[in-house]
Parts: sequence; C-alpha cells; structure tokens
Amino acid sequence: MQLAVLGGFVLATFAPLLHRWFGDRAGQVMALLPGGLALWLLFQMPAILGGEVMVFEQAWVPGLDITLTFLLDGLSLLFALLISVIGVFVLVYASGYLEGHPDMARFHVVLVAFMMSMLGLVLADNMVAFFVFWELTSVTSYLLIGFNHTDPDARKSALQGLFVTAGGGLALMAALVMLGIMGDTWSFQELLGQGDALRGHDLYFPMLLCLLGGAFTKSAQFPFHFWLPNAMAAPTPVSAYLHSATMVKAGIYVLARLHPSLGGTESWVTLLSLFGAVTMFIGAFLALRHTGIKSLLAYSTVMALGTLTMLLGIGTDEALTAFVAFLLAHSLYKGALFMVAGILDHETGTKDISAMGGLGRLMPVTAVCAGVAALSLGGVLPLFGFVAKELMFESVLHAERLSLFVQLLSLAAAIMTLAAAAIVALRPFFGKQRDLPKTPHEGPPSMLVGPVVLAGLSLLFGLAPGLVNGLVGAAVTSVRGEALPVSLSLWHGVNLALVLSLVSLAVGLLIFRHWERWRGWLGKLDPLFARGPEAGYFWSMDMIVKVSSWQTRMLQNGYMRNYLVMTLLVLVGLTGYTLWSRHVLSLSFALDVRFHEAVVAGLMMSGAVVACVMRPRLAAVAAVGTMGFGIALTFVMFSAPDLGITQLLVETLTVILMILVLFRLPRFANLSTHLERVRDLVIATATGVLVTLLVLEVVDHRFFPSISDYMIANSQPEGHGHNIVNVILVDFRALDTLGEMFVLALAAIGVFAMLRFHADEYEARQPEREEPSDG
Amino acid sequence: MVRSGTLILSVAARLLMPLQLLFSIFLLLRGHDEPGGGFIAGLVAAGAFALYMFAYGTQATRDMLRVSPRDLIGLGLFLGVISAFPAWWHDQPFLTAQWWTVPLINFKFSTPLIFDIGVYLVVLGSVLTAVIALMDTGHANE
Amino acid sequence: MEPLMAVVIGVIYSAAIYMMLRRSIVKLVIGLMLLSNGANLLIFTSAGLTRGAPPLIPEGLSAPLGDVADPLPQALVLTAIVIAFGVLSFAVVLIRRAYEIVRADDLDKMKDTDT
Repeated sequence: MQLAVLGGFVLATFAPLLHRWFGDRAGQVMALLPGGLALWLLFQMPAILGGEVMVFEQAWVPGLDITLTFLLDGLSLLFALLISVIGVFVLVYASGYLEGHPDMARFHVVLVAFMMSMLGLVLADNMVAFFVFWELTSVTSYLLIGFNHTDPDARKSALQGLFVTAGGGLALMAALVMLGIMGDTWSFQELLGQGDALRGHDLYFPMLLCLLGGAFTKSAQFPFHFWLPNAMAAPTPVSAYLHSATMVKAGIYVLARLHPSLGGTESWVTLLSLFGAVTMFIGAFLALRHTGIKSLLAYSTVMALGTLTMLLGIGTDEALTAFVAFLLAHSLYKGALFMVAGILDHETGTKDISAMGGLGRLMPVTAVCAGVAALSLGGVLPLFGFVAKELMFESVLHAERLSLFVQLLSLAAAIMTLAAAAIVALRPFFGKQRDLPKTPHEGPPSMLVGPVVLAGLSLLFGLAPGLVNGLVGAAVTSVRGEALPVSLSLWHGVNLALVLSLVSLAVGLLIFRHWERWRGWLGKLDPLFARGPEAGYFWSMDMIVKVSSWQTRMLQNGYMRNYLVMTLLVLVGLTGYTLWSRHVLSLSFALDVRFHEAVVAGLMMSGAVVACVMRPRLAAVAAVGTMGFGIALTFVMFSAPDLGITQLLVETLTVILMILVLFRLPRFANLSTHLERVRDLVIATATGVLVTLLVLEVVDHRFFPSISDYMIANSQPEGHGHNIVNVILVDFRALDTLGEMFVLALAAIGVFAMLRFHADEYEARQPEREEPSDG
Repeated sequence: MVRSGTLILSVAARLLMPLQLLFSIFLLLRGHDEPGGGFIAGLVAAGAFALYMFAYGTQATRDMLRVSPRDLIGLGLFLGVISAFPAWWHDQPFLTAQWWTVPLINFKFSTPLIFDIGVYLVVLGSVLTAVIALMDTGHANE
Repeated sequence: MEPLMAVVIGVIYSAAIYMMLRRSIVKLVIGLMLLSNGANLLIFTSAGLTRGAPPLIPEGLSAPLGDVADPLPQALVLTAIVIAFGVLSFAVVLIRRAYEIVRADDLDKMKDTDT
C-alpha cells in the first residue's frame, strides 16, 4: 500500500518520459495506476464492509514515534475509492481537454503527485504523516491553480489558495500537536478509545479552534470560502478533481476522522452547525450571482461543503448517514458537472452561461449528462442527490441545537441550489442558439467517458440505493465510532422532508424563470461584497508586505559593520551575563610559563596589534605573517608537529596569495571618524576580553570524557597508524574530511570562476573601455 | 608584475622542484605513522609549483603539469569518494577502512591511503587553481 | 601556560574585530586573516596544552607511553587551517572583483550597488 502511493510519486516524476513515449496518450497510460488502485480497493471492500480495519505499518522515524502507517477503514475506503475512480476519469478527460498543450507533461507530474498526496492523506494513520500529505496537497493545488502561469490572475489566485490553505495548515499543525499531547499518541487509531478523556481535557477548546481553523480553510468554509471560486483559474479537469471532489473535502475528512474522539460536545455541535449552515447558505446565494459556469459550480461546491460540515456538527445517526450519502452524491454529480462545464468551454470557447443556448441538439450526450447530474445536484427524484437531500432534511428537522436556524437556512439553500441546477442543466442546451466564439459540436470520447459514467452512477445509485448500503454503512461506522447498519431508500413516503423538497422545487424553478431580474437585484448588493472576507485577505496581505519591508529596513540596512556590531553586542551581552552571574572566576592560577614561550606569546600579540596600526599594506600583511609564524611555533612547542608544519606552509602560501592580490587593491584608507574608532575599539576589546575569560573558563573544566581516549587507544590496533592525528583525519573522521575536501574544491572553483569570468568580460570590453591605471 | 625572476631564482626553482615534489610524496606516504599526510604533502607540492611559477611563469608551469589543476581537484574528490565503497563489499558501514598487504615488499595498502592521496590531490589542485588563475588575470590586466 | 594563551587569543580577537569593523575592504581582509588564526588557536588551547608529547605511537607499540596531547582538536585545527586558506583566497578574490567593478574602497559605498 505504502509502496503503491510512494511509487505513484515516482511515476509522477516519470511523466515527462511517458510523454516522450506515448505522446498525448500518456494520460491514459498513467490512468492505469489509479485504475489498478481502485480495483485493489474494490477487492478489499468485502473485508472492510465486514467491519475489518486494515493496518499497513511501516517505520519512518522510529526515534520520534513517526510511522508511515496506512489505515483502511470504511471512511478511508470511501475517500480512496472516490480519489482513485475520479482520478482515472480526470486523467482520461484531461488528455482530451489539454490535447496538444505544450505543458501537458508538467500537468501530469503535478496531478499524479496530487493524487498520491490525497491518497496518503486519507490513508495515513500517523498524524505527522497525515500532516505532511495535507501540506503536499496544498502545494500541488497551488501548482495546478497556477498552471497557466502566464496569466497574472491565475498566479494571484494560486497564491491566494496557497496562503489560505497553508495558513490553515499551521493551525492544523498546532491542533495535531495538542492532540498528540492530550492523547499521548500520534495515531488516529489510538485516539479512538480515549474520546471521553479528550473531550474533558483542558486543551480541548483551543485544540478544537485550531483544528477548525485548518479544516475550514481547506474546505472553504465561511469566512475562508473566497479562495475556492478564485481557484477556478485552474484548468477544468483540476477544478473537477481537486476543487470539488477531493482536496476541498480534506478538511471535512479530518473532522469526520476525529468525530468519534472529539465530536458531540457543545462547542463542537454549535461551531460546526453554525459555520456549516452559514457557509451552505452563502454558497447557494452567491452561486446565483454568477453567469460563469465554473464560478457558479464553485459556489455550489461551497454550499455542499457547508452542508457536510453542518451535518457533522449535528452528529445524530441520521445526520451522519446523510453526511456520507451527501458526500458520495456530491462527488459524483459535481465531478460530472465540472467535466460538462469543461466540454462546453472547450467546444464553445466561452464560460459564460448567459451567452450559451440551444446546444442540446449539437451535443446530445453532454446535454443528457448535464441534465442528470444537475437533477442530482438539485435533489430531484429519482437521483442519488434526492436520497441525500431527503436524509439531510430529515436530520435538520431533528437537530437538537440551533434547530430553527439550520432548518431555515437549509430550506433557503435547497431552493437556491435547485435554481442553480436548473440554470446549469437548461440554459446552455435549450432556447435559441447564439453566436459563439467557436462552432460547437460534441466533445471527443475521452472527455465524455467521465461525465457519462459519473452521471450514470448518480442515476444508478438513485434507483437502487441499496447498492451502496454497505459502503455508506462502513463509512458511517468509522465516523460514528460504532457500527450502524444503513439502509438507504429512494422513497420515504409522504413526510415533512418530502414536502420541503417539493416546496424547494417549486420556488427554485420560480427563481430560475426570473434569474435575470434576480441577478439585477443582487447587483445592488455589490458594495457589500466588496467588503467581504476577501477584502480582509487582501488587507492582511498588504500588511504582511508592509511589516516585512519595515522590518527589513530596520534589520538589513546594508552596512556590514552594523550587522557585526549587533551580533557582537548580543554575544558579549548574553554570554558575558551568563559568565558573570553563574561563575566565580578564580584568578589565582599558577602561571607556568617558560621564557621562550613568553617570547613567542609576545610575538603573536605584537603581530596582531601591529597589523592594526600599520599604514603600508605590505607591513600589515607581514605583521599578520609574523603572528602566523608565532602560532606555528606554539603548535610545535605544544606537541602538535603536524599543525606546526601545516601552519608554516599555509603562511607561505598566504604571503604568495596576498602579494598576488594586494597590489590590485587600494591602499589603506582612513574613512572612519575618531568617535567611530573609539566605539569600535570598545566593542573589539569587550569581545577580546570575553573570549579570554571563556578560554580560562573552558580550560579548567571537563564536563564529559573526551572521545580522544578511544582514538588514542585504537589508532594502532584498528587504524594501523602511528600518527593518531592522521588516523583521525583519514579513518575515524574521514567523512568530515571528505566534506572539507569539497569545501576546499568549491572555494578554488569559485575563485577560478570569478577570475575567469572577469578575464573574458575584460577581453570583450577592452576595445571600448580604457582601464584606469592603478598605482 | 611577477614574471620570470632572477637567475638565482630560476636555477633554484629548477633544482628544488624535483626535490620538493619527492619530499611531498615522502610526506604523504609516511603520514600515517609520522607527522605528514595529505594536507601537508599537498601544501608542500603546491609550494613547489608556486616557486616554479614565480621563476618561469604560469604557462611553463601548466606545460610541466600537463593536466589542468582543476582535473586534479576532480580526481582527488573521486578518490576520496571511491575509497568509501570497498567497505560495502564486506557489509560494513560506509567508509570503514580496509587493509591489504602487498606480499613481496610487505607494503600496507589501504583505503585510508587512497583517501589521503585524494586529500593530497584536492589540496594541490585547489591551491594551484587559485594561484594560476590569479597570476593569469594579473598579467591580463597589465 | 593556558592563561597566557588566553590573553594572546583575546588580543588576536580584539585586533581581528577592530579591523573587520573598518570601512576599508583591505582592512577587512586583514581582519579575516587574524580571526581565522585566532579561532584556530582558540580550539587548540581549549583542549589544554601539553609540552613535548605529540600524539604519536612509538614504533612497535600499540599505544603511546604515558599521556600525549589530545589528537582530536589537532585534527580539527589541521583541516581548519587549510580551509581557512581556501576561504581567505575566495574572499580576497571576491573583494578584488568587487573593487574592480565598483572602484570603491569604502564598504559603505558598496551597499547601493545591487538593484
């Protein structure tokens, strides 16, 4: 299982190669992977439906208790099936939609990577792994929204989607960490048993807020819903896949996954019902404002996501059944509708519904698919959407908290959704034909397969809802935490829910007939929408830019001196304070110095000081050289012959280097004022004193046994060498030395590149420029 | 600025050069048991070439060297990395030292020796790359 | 001997930092040279100084007789010396290039050269 998902990522990287081999057919070839996965999942279905939970364990970072464990239960099975089945159709569809697009390979790389991240997300049992996959879906979504990267709007929308979802990702991370602390485990599975303890924990409420922050941003709940319609800048297959069927449901998924452990509390029920119902209403309401077919569908997705959140909030057995049924229904019909929208766009060259008409005769298959899927969206008999909507009404009618509020909003949303469904199903295909940018005809077979199958499933499950009893039941069991047999049926008899359905059908059709006038009224509200949550997003983005540029001006002022001074002051301040407050310096040490050693020490100090005060450059270099030779002598005196030799040789080479370079550099200049010198002198002296004190402190202490003893003892027996330093360099710590070899090589190549580049440039420029002679 | 130097320098460089190079190889090989080793030997060899360069110029040095100093860096890094692999053959961790004794002359041959030769070449190549590049552009600008 | 060396290191550090705070780029180079030497000496000294007992094993023995100087800091400093040389040559050439392009010795004048 893990192999399949990780192998998918590998496949994604091979997409460009597959394109070279299979051309435009590469999409179909890659569809074999999700196809195979879907088949495998179907084979596992009987066991899962029988109540089994399959666990695939794989260690990842065992030291931190992070595993790559995958878990297959009813909920993840449902999601994984949706992801892989719709994934197959989307890949096939995209090969028609983007036929001949030069960047198709890039599209496939990201799309397959997304598919695998999403699968990983719904299958992961470990919270850390879950979070990694979660962020991967955000990143791949960003890349897919911005697929048409030459379009500034697409780039802007992509960035907006990323900021909102990744910002929520941070909140989710906080929530998961808190959960990990509360339950003392990183496994979703192990959290299951601790429901009561978790709900009673002090951290429950802050954790819930963070969790909802993550889930609501990802699943486009009010007030974060605005990024989803903007994400429609993505190619239509992406909208069909990520932004209706899969990724936006990740937030819902995590809520459902944690429902058995966290759900049912007062704050859970209130927050989810409230935000869900408001999102549902706003989505349905805003859908009718738009004439672009994709925007309209996007807002109706917002509506559906709100409904799902609300149902999870209500949390009764009925509501959970409705939740799963609605989830399934929505993925089927919305995937189909987006694909239909893509066909319309592809064949007519416009996305504006009000510009379309009379296409039914030209594209009959598309029209039928659109009709069936839209009826399911509207929740009309005998489609699966109707089953889901009836269940939704039932559970809303029995809601325990905020019942009147959710009932009213549900009815209003159902009415407007029906109007929207009618617009999508009827407007483009009936009425008189209009002038379009392209002459429309039926879409190619590769683009029709998806909508036909998905719409067909909507119809099939509607007529025979018993077919999905097992799947829905298993998913409900996972969300509920205990088994619950489910038996769905199309006809519930005449009851209040049916009456509500009929009311919404009638009023919805009325709105459809007067859609133009309705839009006119809504237009008057535009100033209000301009101040919506999206304005808040833009404001906060502006603020981030302003704050960071202010902070950059403050901290990065371009004077290296200031950085150094700041660093040194902090160093001296903090370390000095620690030394002063924690340690009593004993200044009574025995000064065991021999005469020649004192001479060498004096040589080094005077070399360093003279280097600072000498005016001629060469004299300064010579002074540093003197100090260097003093250091070499020190090494030799104190039992480090290798170091002494190395230091001597390097001093020699440094002199050569400085002679080669120094005369091409300017003479010393006195640029600072007297005051600056004094200030620098104070800082330099303070640092020097601190270093001296630190050395004194360090020399007297041994906090732990040195590993040198091991090296001394094993140099000859293990390393076959009598020079322990060399054995350390080429044997014990050879990896370090290898790294240092690379540093040295890079420095040399850098020098070479800088100088060689200069020489070429110089030769090229020579005729037109006269080099000022330097002395 | 720095071209062929005086007669004394030229003669000294020509005489000292082979001695210095021999000495550097001696330092390299004995490094495991006595003070010496790849770093020191590489620096000695680089010093020898630098002396020659001051006496005869960069072109003559390059001619004598035959290969580009950058190739020396590459070869050195390659030897350093390659010496890490034989351990895998014996199922030991990366970079574990392996020793073989050449029978007749009783010479101990080992992966640390290969590694040390790599160090030697990288140090020599790096210093020479920098110095030759600097001297070349120094001339170009005059 | 360590207390005296501590003072020496402090003096070298002070000199290095004073030079690095100057505006002249050539002085910055001198400061860099001083600093790398000071750091090497610091590592070497902080392990403790031992007279006349290099970390070498006499021929025919498998361990040194008696205490020897700590070989580990020596190995660290050995590579550090060579690397400091490599980095110094890089820095020097970088500064030379910058000077040739900007024609200014003053670090403050180099700050407005990008964009």
